[in-house]
Amino acid sequence: MSDIWHNTRWHGKAIALLLLLAFIAAPIIADRYLLSVLILVFYFAYLGQAWNLLMGFAGQLSLGHALYLGLGAYTATALWTLFGIGPWMGVFIAVPVAAAAGMFVGWLGWRFAIEGVYFALLTIAFAEFTRIGFDHLQITGGAGGMFLSVNSVGADKWWNLGGGPLLYYYLSLVLAVSATFLVARLRQSSLGYRWLAVREDPEAAQAVGINIFRARMIAMLISSSMTAVGGVFYGFYYRNLFPSQVFDIGRSIELILAPIIGGLGTIFGPIVGAIILTPLGEGLTGLMQAFGINAPGAKLIFYGLTLMVIISLRPDGVWPWIARHLRLDGSRK
Amino acid sequence: MTAITLNVIVQGVLTGLVYGLMALGLSVIFGVMRVVNFAHGEFTVVAMYAAFILFEVLHVEPLIALLPIAAVFFGIGYVLQRSLITPFIGRAEHEQFILLVGLATVIVNGVLLIFGPDARPINLPYSFDSYAVGPLFIDKVRVLAAVAALAVAAALFLFFRYTRTGTAIRACADNLTGAAVVGLNVKQLYAVTFGLGLACVGAAGSLMATIADASPGLAQAYTLLAFTIVIIGGLGSMVGALVGGVLIGVSEALAGFYIQPSMKSMFSFALLIIVLVLRPQGLMGRRL
Repeated sequence: MSDIWHNTRWHGKAIALLLLLAFIAAPIIADRYLLSVLILVFYFAYLGQAWNLLMGFAGQLSLGHALYLGLGAYTATALWTLFGIGPWMGVFIAVPVAAAAGMFVGWLGWRFAIEGVYFALLTIAFAEFTRIGFDHLQITGGAGGMFLSVNSVGADKWWNLGGGPLLYYYLSLVLAVSATFLVARLRQSSLGYRWLAVREDPEAAQAVGINIFRARMIAMLISSSMTAVGGVFYGFYYRNLFPSQVFDIGRSIELILAPIIGGLGTIFGPIVGAIILTPLGEGLTGLMQAFGINAPGAKLIFYGLTLMVIISLRPDGVWPWIARHLRLDGSRK
Repeated sequence: MTAITLNVIVQGVLTGLVYGLMALGLSVIFGVMRVVNFAHGEFTVVAMYAAFILFEVLHVEPLIALLPIAAVFFGIGYVLQRSLITPFIGRAEHEQFILLVGLATVIVNGVLLIFGPDARPINLPYSFDSYAVGPLFIDKVRVLAAVAALAVAAALFLFFRYTRTGTAIRACADNLTGAAVVGLNVKQLYAVTFGLGLACVGAAGSLMATIADASPGLAQAYTLLAFTIVIIGGLGSMVGALVGGVLIGVSEALAGFYIQPSMKSMFSFALLIIVLVLRPQGLMGRRL
């Protein structure tokens, strides 16, 4: 992080700090609705960071991150509803479960040289496989879903991730900010440079002695673990889980939007993408409600069109463009 | 083997041939252009709705509606390739993929917006007829659909084998630079290829409408189904697509009958994972 901070010009630092302060202070003036939109912004920024680590840095396209999100959400929720184990403890079980799934997918794929499109399809296949499995898993309620009870003892206490919007607001903010620090830190580490080498040219990377399998596996480990934490948040924020929603390919696509729109392989891309996209999507929904239009697919049509336009016109995302125009980067001329 | 198992297998083979035709479209597009059409199932569902509307409004049977629908889909594919996808040829794989994921999202939600989430069945006068062959009872609609699917697939084989355009397209697939050097209009041929791929989808969708009820929820399932089939059969192999289709059709039918209909695709995915690990180029594919 220090290098990035050093290389940012003073007005860039000022903007970053002001934005952070504004987010910290936002609940003073923001109403419940605005807070819920901001929670989504941080949630997508956080998940975007997790996914971007694998795609943007290690160069492996996963279209099945809903698998890790869902496993994280289901594990923590099941531990709480079935055994009374709270989420702060549950997350330490949820993360290994999802990480194990991630390692398995990665191992299966990269061990057998399944890359690119094939790997992306493998990730989808695993997510779908798991979705159907959970549809038939009786202990978590099958396709009928699992619900967090609000009546059990201590369910409304913050240490069980229950409570008002403020709790979720600051929790999601902390998640997004700490994920950004982690990603920035990794990007500057030797591991980060190995990832970029593997992404740009796997054969050359191997020739200079980088173990590409290992580099990708580490990226998958961190990415799936982070996504699982997001899943725990998802489970306790929404308080109901359906396999058809959590493991859906729509979830996987939704969480790749922010980093693609913001900028693949950049540190601030996922944040910028989430800040731009989420309010637009929510605004569209609100606008349609105001006009009494009931169009269930409209938001996704909008997201789909956004993806097409961005990838056609600005495949590097909007963040590099913003950074260039605001002259934020002091290291370049 | 009991008569009932045999019955289930035969139904699976017939359905599988229609699946195979759908997957053939995907295979042709990938085999020639290396573009992965992520909106494949979405287009299939659009074709199913087209067949449904033609049947409800004009009382045209899907087996006949197949021809105009395939023709229109050829046009859609041609225009789509020329306008949207051409700039992506040669760009990073994930960029093409994301473009088509975006397109798929737009199409499926457009369908949802226009038609709503309900399933639309086509009730043909012979929907419940069946042929009795020895101990077997075979649905008439499935037989007709399978025969039609084979006919379309055969026409495509002949086109690639014996026409000038077909040969030229195969040349592009084998050696793009060489094809461009000898003066082939690659852009034009690519557009024709995408058109042909979507024509397969149009035909397969029309046939599918007779054996399954059109609904937006099928779109993603069909996209995944087409991919599963094509990867199992071997990406780029035309025979592989049909063989993969039949394999998946039979696996789905058996799993649906003996285990649970809602779990049938789990077995397809398991099959996919096994093939990816043991023989990533697919059963009929060339070595990667």
